[in-house]
Amino acid sequence: MSAVLPGHAHDDHADAHGHDDHHHGPPAGFMRWVTTTNHKDIGTLYLWFSFAMFLTGGMLALTIRAELFKPGLQIVNPEFFNQLTTMHGIIMVFGAIMPAFVGFANWQIPLMIGAPDMAFARMNNWSFWLLVPAASLLIISFFVPGGATAAGWTMYAPLSSQMGIGQDLAIFALHIMGASSIMGSINIITTILNMRAPGMTLMKMPMFCWTWLITSYMLIAVMPVLAGAITMTLTDRHFGTSFFNAAGGGDPVMYQHIFWFFGHPEVYIMILPAFGIVSQIIPAFARKPLFGYASMVYATSSIAILSFIVWAHHMFTTGMPAAGQLFFMYATMLIAVPTGVKVFNWIATMWKGSMTFETPMLFAIGFIFVFTMGGFTGLILAVTPIDIQLQDTYYVVAHFHYVLVAGSLFAMFAGVYYWLPKWTGHMYDEFLGKLHFWCSVVFFNLTFFPMHFLGLAGMPRRIPDYAAQFADFNAVASIGAFCFGLSQLIFLAAVIKCVKGGPKAADKPWEGAEGLEWTVPSPAPYHTFETPPQVK
Amino acid sequence: MAVSTHLRKLAAQLGMAAGAAACGASAYAADMVGGPAELQLNLQRPVTDIADQIFDLHTGMLIVCLLIFIAVFAAMFYSIFAHRKDKGHKAATFHESTTVEIAWTLIPMIIVIGMAGFATRTVIAMKDTSNADLTIKATGYQWKWGYDYIKGEGEGISFYSNLSTPRAQIEGKAERGVNYMLEVDNEVVVPVNKKIRILTTADDVIHAWMIPAFGVKQDAIPGFVRDTWFKSKETGIFRGQCAELCGKEHGFMPIVVHVMSDADYTKWVADKKKEIASKQEDPNKVWTQPDLAARGKTVYENNCAACHKSDGKGTPPAFPPLDGSKTVLGPMDNQVAVELNGRPGTAMAAMGKTLSDTDIAAVVTYTRGAWSNKAAVALVQPSDIKAARAWDAAKVTALVAKPQ
Ligand code: HEC
Ligand SMILES: [Cu+2]
Repeated sequence: MSAVLPGHAHDDHADAHGHDDHHHGPPAGFMRWVTTTNHKDIGTLYLWFSFAMFLTGGMLALTIRAELFKPGLQIVNPEFFNQLTTMHGIIMVFGAIMPAFVGFANWQIPLMIGAPDMAFARMNNWSFWLLVPAASLLIISFFVPGGATAAGWTMYAPLSSQMGIGQDLAIFALHIMGASSIMGSINIITTILNMRAPGMTLMKMPMFCWTWLITSYMLIAVMPVLAGAITMTLTDRHFGTSFFNAAGGGDPVMYQHIFWFFGHPEVYIMILPAFGIVSQIIPAFARKPLFGYASMVYATSSIAILSFIVWAHHMFTTGMPAAGQLFFMYATMLIAVPTGVKVFNWIATMWKGSMTFETPMLFAIGFIFVFTMGGFTGLILAVTPIDIQLQDTYYVVAHFHYVLVAGSLFAMFAGVYYWLPKWTGHMYDEFLGKLHFWCSVVFFNLTFFPMHFLGLAGMPRRIPDYAAQFADFNAVASIGAFCFGLSQLIFLAAVIKCVKGGPKAADKPWEGAEGLEWTVPSPAPYHTFETPPQVK
Repeated sequence: MAVSTHLRKLAAQLGMAAGAAACGASAYAADMVGGPAELQLNLQRPVTDIADQIFDLHTGMLIVCLLIFIAVFAAMFYSIFAHRKDKGHKAATFHESTTVEIAWTLIPMIIVIGMAGFATRTVIAMKDTSNADLTIKATGYQWKWGYDYIKGEGEGISFYSNLSTPRAQIEGKAERGVNYMLEVDNEVVVPVNKKIRILTTADDVIHAWMIPAFGVKQDAIPGFVRDTWFKSKETGIFRGQCAELCGKEHGFMPIVVHVMSDADYTKWVADKKKEIASKQEDPNKVWTQPDLAARGKTVYENNCAACHKSDGKGTPPAFPPLDGSKTVLGPMDNQVAVELNGRPGTAMAAMGKTLSDTDIAAVVTYTRGAWSNKAAVALVQPSDIKAARAWDAAKVTALVAKPQ
């Protein structure tokens, strides 16, 4: 296990820091990882954890696609099918994407702002290790009587009240993960606001730190809202309250309002750090500074603010008054503007640059291209009448996989390839990286593009069996999904190979890269920036 | 309008043709009338004004988005092609331009506000459910739809509508029909060119009533009544299904609307009323055990087998077996109370709301003698059920409690 962890085996950094004898290296073996308060170790833990969750969630997705390969019920029964779609969503959102970005934050923020570590090092350890029991609860829930919750990742009331104890386990898991996110966010905000190297004003800070700063505020604002919603679900289930139970004077739609008040900012929580990563990579490989840095900061902030006033576009079919539908339609259309500004800025950064196309750049460009398609389908869905036609169909499934897989996930792949040399001290295998990229984009589109057609034609999401006319595109999507899943093993291979060895990475392996992280040796020593660097 | 109709037809045909060309003949099914077509690439053919407008809005949005997409990515790919290091391109150093940034904030803002502007009229039209010719209440149950004709011609008609696709087709043991999964035993029937208002509500969890060709989708929320409307310009059969996750058989509760000419509709109403009258059974009829149990088997298959399974084994622990159940083998009153009133807080709903006295008597009688069950008292008469409906709340609460 520890052989493949891209940290710093004790002796690795001993020579880098051998002179520095007041620094005791990390304890060896397993206890190193349990007790560590080092931001790099914790970042590594977060990244491996989220990758494991990504593979788990992926297995669930492949089982879903296997069942949907052709019409009829073949592999799983409808109860289990609903458990699969639910847990796929929960695991990917809360177990894979969110922790992965925290992993990046841990590794990179102190390195990028010239800080020795995160502000609250012990809390950092705690916020990671909380994830392990939370994830275990989710996995265990498949094996309790009644199985995992099957109420959808959105856990709408009153369906959530009909679930077995799997639902309670999911609620507890989300409580714990929420606590972990809040701690992580407090840590990130404090670190960024207080520990920047002298001379690094906020407006000189790398874009990745800006996006995470804003994301952290959003997390602190909305995770308690989610906790409230699911706690009310819990008391409705067990303690006779009727928050969401109409028979007792409650309102099931209220659950949706509260959930989406969390849920919509949540989708930006999952994409803003991705914007940050891409904003680091494009300038590096275009050898040209980021275009419109200040406008990028403002765009990110406006997205964050607007994301709090668009939630009910997830609820156009619940039957809100026309005034409500119009308000949420206009507000949602507006959020496309700052998102568009970002895309324009990235392209303007590339414009008249001197570009090369190593794997991080390929993934960043792939991100811009495919994510923008998801942005456009989002715009189309924002139009209330069209949304009413397409709500809860595969069109929506296609849309959010375009923004979450091609968006968040591709940006994370870009980030991993970009920073792996710094993390491991080795260059990754460019051939494997490129192969991973091309397989991922091609199979991603093979999987999700046909879903637009299915949705337009009227196929609802979350169904285990469908009209035979939907068969061909489902078959294509299933084949694509299996190939996409297998392609991720190339990624695993590329990372392991890079951790184990490979050409020695220079301190600054990318010609055009900027930033403090490239001023320290590769691999980054266990302790960095104990004396703060001076930024001009 | 004429132009847009033409465009719409063209778009729909292009969609189909491209689909057919891309994948060749289908291995599975012919097109479904009033439902999805094989390899359909676009929205279903609209048959109401609202659906027309939605179709046009979507086509318009798609065209605008595609144009922007092509323009933006033409620039990006040109740059990728021309501004590369291996071609010796030297990097410029510019990194901001207030004019450009203001332009690409304001122009998109105008475009998106314009897009929303075009849709505003439709949003308001969709909400206008006033002056309906016919009002029908659609109630979502786990897992079927119930319809009550509330106001207008046909008032008083009510029935349930279940998936009619045979289990054998779903399990792949029989050839699939062309309407596989989107066919029902009782279709909703409405007159053509009349404004039909649909009230939606639900009995248990949230469902959603959708017919793509009408541009209609409305959540059905327990404890609340919402509404939507449509006015079909064509006669024919139109198909949709429940669109909100509602538990395990969510995928198995289709919606079929049969739009008829006025004359046909009037005839249907008359026939339906006659049928309902003839089905009115004498609640005091005294049945024999075999007759009632035979009827109970059908009631059971249609209403209970989804959870308790045909073989009575259920899917424990979520859905308990009835074969060998303490309630079924125990005192008659307890079982009658459970089936009439359900068990509060569990998926076991009050069946008395949807089933007649005779049906309840039949299903109780059937379960007490089916599989390995040999209850001491196996026969209960419809008149007993009628009496049981009058039990007071305290008695019911005591009777429905789970036996230890
Ligand atoms: C939506 C799923 C569902 C349907 C449909 C359903 N039941 Fe049930 N039924 C349940 C559940 C769940 C329970 C267990 C309730 C509990 O926890 O005590 C139950 C319990 C029962 C019991 C008591 C069993 C015992 O051992 O205590 C009887 C009797 C029963 N159902 C009969 C029926 C009959 C007859 C029908 C059809 C008219 C039917 N049920 C339809 C879900 C269902
Ligand atoms: Cu339903």
